[in-house]
Amino acid sequence: MSTPTEVSGPEVVQGPAAGEDGRPLPPGVEGVPVAAALTGEPVLFPERDRYHQVVEAAQRAGYQLLSDLCAVDYLTHPGRRLPEGVRPERFEVVCVLLSLTAPARLRVRVQVPEADPVVDSLWDLYPGAEAMEREAFDLFGIGFRGHPDLTRILMPEDWEGHPLRKDYGVGRVPVQFKQAPGPR
Amino acid sequence: MSATSGDTGGLGAAAPTRPGAGSGVRATGASRLAFETSEGAQELAARQVTPPTELRRELGAVLRLPEGGVLDTGDLDVEAPDDETMIINMGPQHPSTHGVLRLMMELDGETVLRTKPVIGYLHTGMEKTGEELTYTQGATNVTRMDYLSPLNNELVYALAVEKLLGIELPPRAVWIRMLLSELQRMSSHLMWLATNGMDVGSTTMMIFGFREREMILAFFEKTTGLRMNHNFIRPGGTAADLPDGWEDDVALICDTVEARLPEYDELLTGQPIFRARMEGVGTITAQEALALSATGPILRSTGIAWDLRRTMPYLAYDQVDFDVIVGTYGDNFDRYAIRLNEVIESIRIVRQVLDKMPTGDYRVQDKKVTPPPRARIDESMEALIHHFKLFTEGIRVPEGEVYVAIESPRGELGCYLVSDGTGKPYRMHIRAPSFVNLQSLPVMLRGGLVADAVATISSVDPVMGEVDR
Repeated sequence: MSTPTEVSGPEVVQGPAAGEDGRPLPPGVEGVPVAAALTGEPVLFPERDRYHQVVEAAQRAGYQLLSDLCAVDYLTHPGRRLPEGVRPERFEVVCVLLSLTAPARLRVRVQVPEADPVVDSLWDLYPGAEAMEREAFDLFGIGFRGHPDLTRILMPEDWEGHPLRKDYGVGRVPVQFKQAPGPR
Repeated sequence: MSATSGDTGGLGAAAPTRPGAGSGVRATGASRLAFETSEGAQELAARQVTPPTELRRELGAVLRLPEGGVLDTGDLDVEAPDDETMIINMGPQHPSTHGVLRLMMELDGETVLRTKPVIGYLHTGMEKTGEELTYTQGATNVTRMDYLSPLNNELVYALAVEKLLGIELPPRAVWIRMLLSELQRMSSHLMWLATNGMDVGSTTMMIFGFREREMILAFFEKTTGLRMNHNFIRPGGTAADLPDGWEDDVALICDTVEARLPEYDELLTGQPIFRARMEGVGTITAQEALALSATGPILRSTGIAWDLRRTMPYLAYDQVDFDVIVGTYGDNFDRYAIRLNEVIESIRIVRQVLDKMPTGDYRVQDKKVTPPPRARIDESMEALIHHFKLFTEGIRVPEGEVYVAIESPRGELGCYLVSDGTGKPYRMHIRAPSFVNLQSLPVMLRGGLVADAVATISSVDPVMGEVDR
């Protein structure tokens, strides 16, 4: 079969498997508590103030792609394992960075307090963070400072509350069965 | 407007206000479209009420390209005066938006300037539902997200749970999963060829694509009992072994599809109208795709050979031989060519799986993970207890967090799973490739004709069930 377009391109980068141990951390994240994920990649736990700076350092070190960003509400599971020096807060914003040149991932988990659930937006570093941060805002009510258009994305615009929070009343919106037929 | 208007400050109060909208600019003339509907801020507002940062994002010029430096928010090029542009709405009930995708488009004549995808019409809270279902039940939930490749959803969920459990699968389970995953890729790409053909006016391709996909779905039905939403790949292995005579079925599928692909190639690739609709339309550069977190065929169409099956192998993809297809120009035609050629690569992989399929168990023999066979329940009290515990409480998964990603037909499909040590996930987040890839749509559409928008939407291949979850 004739290939319709040129299918040659840059060589597929073959490197160590995802996050092998011993991979150096990006420069500029000294002092940030670090742990190893089950899949081997390093997990950084920066303070909220240093979150943006740490991700920026990682981007400079070659993590070109923001693979995922989500939030977790640890309201009913406060006793999770965290490395030394990390004070657990109710919310956590988790982002997964990806380096394409040396296939590797890096996870950044930042603690976000309930009283002031705001972190810096990564939009200026990774424009792709836009929809993911809107999703986290919509479902958890976490604000992202510097986001260009922080509005609800999945829920209706006039929705009250943030459904993925653990204290969100599931089924709090009554379902109306109008003129429900009787048993007979 | 001040350059810092993007700094929206504390937004924890969750008031759905448009950031920066109140900074005086709005007084010059609020858009009726933006403020008179019930959905308010999700709308695409007129230029004079849109803050510069958001305008920059919507124009697709937000990218911090290394050579370009940081753009000043003030130096936006606005070709058309405001009173000559028009904001129109496309969808959500539009036959060519592949579901309930809605696009707000700013048009200058027939040229698209800004686009804003509005999503959420199919949001059913599947991540929340996932927290209420046990690990045993969870696969039935995730399989409904990307309804064109349900087995991939089950696969990423099962891989995440297994990573937390720390179990090693028997080789046959791994290879069965790989076989199904590749057949699924074929069916998904064939479905895409069909719908894309219809979108650009080739209704013949529509019928052809569905015809071949039907063969694969028939095999899935024979294997799993269902054509879609299989719940077949489960934590701990698969639900059952492959049916008798599966080799013949799979070989027949491979031979048929392989024999018919040149026909499609001839029907579409050699078609001047098709080429005119696809070539040079909806272009995106590698840097833009990377910055917008696009993966899958969109990223590969720009020339970056990034395929998780190759670069971060999971299952046994490091033991099979296949090529990563990349494009050059990042246009619709490259994405079409990539998908067409990936079907061929999938056939190659499936043939190797046929040769190398190991014998043995199709699920892990761990009594805390795999339910006992039905016959054992009658004989053994222990088996009865295990069965009861597994189906009432679910698999006990140790505490921890894990992010696992696979290459779905649409890109990187990830699962971030948090376990608190009980039988239900504490948090299950699916990184849906369609959801993230939709962000590249405004960049692709900008400057093109509104008639080409349909072809470009199609080439992104969004599955709305996965976008909205």
